[in-house]
Amino acid sequence: MNDVTADVKITKTETLNVPVAGVQEQFREKIEDAYAHGHRLCIRGGGSKDWYGAATTGEVLDTRAYRGVVAYDPAELVITARSGTPLAEIEQLLSARQQMLAFEPPHFGPGATFGGCIATGLSGPRRMSVGAIRDFLLGASILTGRGEFLQFGGQVMKNVAGYDVARLMAGSLGTLGLLLDISVKVLPIPPASATLRQEMGARDAVRKLNEWAGQPLPITASAWHAGMLTIRLEGATAAVRTACSTLGGESMQNPAAAMYWQSLREQSAAFFQKAPAGAALWRLCVPSTTEPALLRDADSQLIEWGGSQRWLFASADDDALRQAAVAAGGHATQFRYAKNGIDVFTALSAPVAGIHKRLKTAFDPAGVFNHGRMFVGM
Amino acid sequence: MPGCTLLTDKEDVAPYECDGLAAYRQLPLGVVLAESEAHVQAVLRLCAHHGIPVVPRGAGTGLSGGAMPLREGVVLSLARMRKIINVDPYARTATLQPGVRNLAISEAASPFGLYYAPDPSSQIACTIGGNIAENSGGVHCLKYGLTVNNVVRVRAVTMDGEICEFGSHAPDAPGLDLLAVLIGSEGMFAIVTEVTVRLIPKPQVAQVVMASFDDVEVGGAAVAAIIASGIIPAGLEMLDRAAAQAVEEFVHAGYDTSAAAILLCESDGTPEEVAEEIERLTTLLEAQGATRIEISTSEAERLRFWSGRKNAFPAAGRLSPDYYCMDGTVPRRAIGPLLLRIREMEKRYQLRCINVFHAGDGNMHPLILFNGNDRDEWHRAEEFGADILETCVELGGTVTGEHGIGVEKINSMCVQFSDGERDMFFAVKHAFDPQRLLNPDKGIPTRARCAEYGRLHVRGGLLPHPEIPRF
Repeated sequence: MNDVTADVKITKTETLNVPVAGVQEQFREKIEDAYAHGHRLCIRGGGSKDWYGAATTGEVLDTRAYRGVVAYDPAELVITARSGTPLAEIEQLLSARQQMLAFEPPHFGPGATFGGCIATGLSGPRRMSVGAIRDFLLGASILTGRGEFLQFGGQVMKNVAGYDVARLMAGSLGTLGLLLDISVKVLPIPPASATLRQEMGARDAVRKLNEWAGQPLPITASAWHAGMLTIRLEGATAAVRTACSTLGGESMQNPAAAMYWQSLREQSAAFFQKAPAGAALWRLCVPSTTEPALLRDADSQLIEWGGSQRWLFASADDDALRQAAVAAGGHATQFRYAKNGIDVFTALSAPVAGIHKRLKTAFDPAGVFNHGRMFVGM
Repeated sequence: MPGCTLLTDKEDVAPYECDGLAAYRQLPLGVVLAESEAHVQAVLRLCAHHGIPVVPRGAGTGLSGGAMPLREGVVLSLARMRKIINVDPYARTATLQPGVRNLAISEAASPFGLYYAPDPSSQIACTIGGNIAENSGGVHCLKYGLTVNNVVRVRAVTMDGEICEFGSHAPDAPGLDLLAVLIGSEGMFAIVTEVTVRLIPKPQVAQVVMASFDDVEVGGAAVAAIIASGIIPAGLEMLDRAAAQAVEEFVHAGYDTSAAAILLCESDGTPEEVAEEIERLTTLLEAQGATRIEISTSEAERLRFWSGRKNAFPAAGRLSPDYYCMDGTVPRRAIGPLLLRIREMEKRYQLRCINVFHAGDGNMHPLILFNGNDRDEWHRAEEFGADILETCVELGGTVTGEHGIGVEKINSMCVQFSDGERDMFFAVKHAFDPQRLLNPDKGIPTRARCAEYGRLHVRGGLLPHPEIPRF
């Protein structure tokens, strides 16, 4: 029989293809031991997002020995890599072939790994135009809380065999299993990009962004803060040129423009660095049309994602802020900086919490992984 | 319950005995036609109390028997819940009851210059609730995504009558992404009562390039070259010679019947974008060895080019009394090798097979031609189909890209997933439906069933324990 998979040319880079023999086995032994003795494990890659989510306990299970790109063929638009692979290495490999992780994952530190990027489920400025990690995740293999190896999804774009358990891993904060090999869809880097700025109040900015999103304009990122709206256009050269003249505004050139979007993604921009003493950085996710004044004083907000994501500093136990986000149809996360406030994530309804509890039991019956990182008992 | 209809007479329930996969039939105990969420809740509570299984149903257009009734079960039809609750052009969303037809969403959004992107071929009839159950795709999903990428929120009732909200109008809802796993769960987790979808601006123009190849492998290489060059076409579809000849006789779309393969490649967007992309595509296709290239010059011509592809199934119906449609997906690079393997199988099973496929995402629809009145031919067609699907798994793909497992491909799941993985699927179902009453016995085979089926789980072309010799 003719084995096609063995004949195909899979682009592998020598430097990235690190031998990992035995690493999976070590992970499995560690998990089985924890399961048998009722110990807890804390899954960790580069530790760049240690601060995200609620506090957890347990011996660190370091994923970084399990690294390397397993398969990458630009014509398939798919990359498969091990969870401990540095995110920067994956991005470098893709950009050499004019491709990218379209959800622009934040690194939050030089050590960021691919597994951490999937487990936290965080996306960058392009979120509203292309989707989040869950929209690109095609397959994942895991070790469960009993140390069992399971593989879901695959490397193809369309796959409805069995439940889509792989996508469930995106944003699961390591509470269901240890991620091993992960396949994601990649996209071509758009041939042209432009950044435009114009002065505008928060209310007008939210209105404009929603109106523009209903028109065939190639807007892929937006940010409003302190009376200034900045947008990014990406796509075919001619389309970007036409959109620039339609929308107007002052053009921001590269490298300043690229650095600006990166500073938002990585939260190195001045807004994020000026945390008032003792305050927490709150992330409010709301319907894009939400009036800024419904949440808090507009001037205190940095508004991203066409109006859907709003950042502001407030006390870590500011439940009124969370209630305002919920009332608007969204939710609020105590994202970073302060600790010991109210719950990090907005609580779930009782029936949905019940489903969560049963899922946790299915994947991790003894509660080995990342205990309490998402919710109490999860 | 006022307004809620219950059908129990044999002649009344007979129309519900099968879905689009007519080869599998079963009369149910009864059929409930729900008209509100309260009806759904009451029916589920009652059935849960009495331990009666429930099979949800939309328009019944599914192709894998997912809505086939159970003898001791109730069919819960959502087809009468067809209210468009709201279309919000400012927020670019539409909120719908589950029985709203797919195409009706785009029709309602059209006055605002918006549409709902996923367009399964049955879109004039299929419902959004059914699309959620199957994670439906369509010819444009390479560029615009599947149902999972275009639905933001679902309200649903679980078997115990609890109302749950999955996802929201805001991005990244807290907790696990239950919406992602609910979509494509084939009605086995919860009954959808309300859906919010994302609407996107209608592209201003669309144009199609039609290219001929004198070799299927060369056509497959051209597809890979297009993707590698950084173009994501709005549609990328292929027909083999047998399929092109069949449709040409039927609809006279102007297809080159001497070609070994026909590639249809659509570009959409602003006039500038489309002009730029069509030029790049034409140059690329020429370089890749296309023997004939035609570009649509009008909307009428674009639709004529597509009419052949869109009529492939009825054209198969003219060639043969019956046809059996397969739905495996393989990595793009394996399209050519799979077609060669199918050609060998035609000889082995003594049946013809014509091939149409979503080349852009490797989703194949081989149509096996047979005569259903001949029991032996149907048996061979089933075997032929299972062989194709298991070859897809061996080539690194999956047994179903968009039609679902249902009752049809349940045995092939034994090949694609290990015992442990199938056990986990049951555990995930248990998390939503602990009583196992919602569309049970579909989608996931038990260990016992797989043992009986007797074919082993294959991964990456390797049987488990490759060190053990097998004869």
